[in-house]
Amino acid sequence: MDLAYSDEEEEFRGRLREWLAATLPTLPPRPDPLDWPARRAYDCGWQRRLYDAGYADVHWDASPTQRLIFLEETELAGAPYVGANFVGLLHAGPTIAAEGTPEQRDRWLPPVLRGDEVWCQGFSEPDAGSDLASLRTRAVRDGDEYVVSGQKIWTSHAEVADWCELLVRTDAGPGVSKHRGISWLAMPMDAPGVTVRPLRTLAGSTEFAEMFLDEVRVPVGNRVGDENDGWRVTMVTLSFERGTAFVGEVVACRRLLGELARTARENGTWDDPALRRRLGRLSAEFQALWRLTQANVSEAQATGGVPGAGGSVFKLHYSHARQELYEAAAGVLGPDALDLGHDWTLDRLSSLSYTIAAGTSQIQRNIVAERILGLPKGR
Amino acid sequence: MDFRLTEDQRALRKGVRELLARLFDREALRAAVDAPSPSLDRELWRELGAAGFFALRLPEEEGGVGLGLAEAVLLFEEAGRVLLPGPLVATHVAAGAVPGAAEGSTVVTEVDEGLVPWLDEADVVLGEAEGAVPLRSVDPLTPLHRVPGFVGAGSRSGTRPHGRRSVVPTLPQRGDPHAPAERMPTTGVVEDTAEVLPATEVAVLLTAAEQVGSAGRTTEMAVSYAREREQFGQVIGGFQAVKHLCAGMLVRGELARAAVRGAAVTGDPVEIAGAKLLADEAATANARDCLQVFGGMGFTWEADVHLHLKRAWVRARLRLPAARAEEVVAANL
Repeated sequence: MDLAYSDEEEEFRGRLREWLAATLPTLPPRPDPLDWPARRAYDCGWQRRLYDAGYADVHWDASPTQRLIFLEETELAGAPYVGANFVGLLHAGPTIAAEGTPEQRDRWLPPVLRGDEVWCQGFSEPDAGSDLASLRTRAVRDGDEYVVSGQKIWTSHAEVADWCELLVRTDAGPGVSKHRGISWLAMPMDAPGVTVRPLRTLAGSTEFAEMFLDEVRVPVGNRVGDENDGWRVTMVTLSFERGTAFVGEVVACRRLLGELARTARENGTWDDPALRRRLGRLSAEFQALWRLTQANVSEAQATGGVPGAGGSVFKLHYSHARQELYEAAAGVLGPDALDLGHDWTLDRLSSLSYTIAAGTSQIQRNIVAERILGLPKGR
Repeated sequence: MDFRLTEDQRALRKGVRELLARLFDREALRAAVDAPSPSLDRELWRELGAAGFFALRLPEEEGGVGLGLAEAVLLFEEAGRVLLPGPLVATHVAAGAVPGAAEGSTVVTEVDEGLVPWLDEADVVLGEAEGAVPLRSVDPLTPLHRVPGFVGAGSRSGTRPHGRRSVVPTLPQRGDPHAPAERMPTTGVVEDTAEVLPATEVAVLLTAAEQVGSAGRTTEMAVSYAREREQFGQVIGGFQAVKHLCAGMLVRGELARAAVRGAAVTGDPVEIAGAKLLADEAATANARDCLQVFGGMGFTWEADVHLHLKRAWVRARLRLPAARAEEVVAANL
């Protein structure tokens, strides 16, 4: 039970902090959230700075503890988030690094690290959400190519992506279990037959897109892993997401709570003991979530970096606590909570996705019950 | 940073679990529950003393074990798991200050939140307990006396008993109470928290550790029952409605455990208050959910579930109850 960082880790933190202090003031102004090309340029520009400074591969090569320090310090300093590079850096990249051939790694990884190429994720389908393995987008072999047809949904950054990590069904034969017969392809987004349509969220923004695939030709050499082995390859990808992915968010929530307390003291709502105590409880919860993160990272560090089911325990509480944070914020803000011009209001709306995205709370509870507690599978 | 238990800590936990299995197994628990009135087993108390339960944090030159708060919370987690009765926290905290406490030959209790547990059985009472009247305690293993004049935890104007030591945890604020709490306490880990922390805060933390132990135990009980009990031709643990209750129990327990262990390492009074808050929640809510998973059996005297729930209620009411813990954390936002 040691929470002290080693000299080496503190040195990493110190150097990073210095670099952030020198670099952040030189960044261009943040782009309009509705201007996708500008967002891509901004996020890729930030990734290029990280690359030049030697931090580009922190999500892949650094130890879990260094990654924790990186995410903590960048959030504290107010640095940009991965943004459009999320899939490349945290999903597709690690998958290709783990499962790709040397040629595939050479082709796709350097441009991700340099911020030259952006990836999006083509996993979910209208009829394959929580039950992802029932996906139906077909890929039929035709010589050296797959011919892909189907529909994908919730494809973040699709409008500006160069590549899509695509899950397709390569064997739909009778008697094949739904987890078999899936393959993982890297699909160029400029291929003929790819149509992207923005999907408007309840917050009014277009964070996601629908993607229609009409006989899109993808070279067989773009398949990562064996044919029909895509589900296992995908599980490698998903395990990265549930590791340190939320470190920055926990730090951010602490900052938001501090801001909220300041606002409450200014506008007098702090005098309401119920509201004050609600903020106190939330603060205790985010502090505990931070300790849980440190426990998960310590575990990941000891077991070779692949995070275990502890990530589901964390995500379950975190996503609810963050929604509760915005509920409490609405109490502090009063009428402002109904004003769409207020950042808090938009964030409150966005937070409604937290218990759905990356595995709904209900699916997470199944995972916890079956994989950690050993309860039987079933419905 | 490595927040996992060290090898020594794992060995200590294993040793304590084995010791308690020997000294206070389920048979002993049920015998104590069914006794006409709760009485403190002096021999058990002395054996706990001999094993170092009370002297764990005393320096070796004073006859103690010389371990710290991190080890103490593991000890009290185990005590909470098996519903070990008696004023364990008060006696542990008094070790070194009250003669005989460390060895288990003196039983120490304390006036806390207008209540005194185990008043009739204790040798030493810290705080002013004059005029205390017995109440029919909800927990069959925790006799309670009520101290006159105490108004309530939520009240700030309530008269508090005065005694040899203040019983009101006066948790100090961080340097500037209005400074933004933006930075996690990643550094500034106190080497030996036991020497710097006031006894009241140690008592709050160890009570929280007992709650965590109870929360973990009720999760195990619920899961194991859900894997055996069959209805509609299958074990009830296969139903999502039951699964999700169990998953929620684990989440609460793990969150509280991380909070308690973190607070034990940093010794931060605000973190301790937050840990108590979450541990109370975990212990009471998990016992409730465990009772629900047990169904009709959970409502019986024979099942141990109600003992966990009642003890969790008592501990939640003592040693910095929720309303004040929330205020302590809020004041530092």
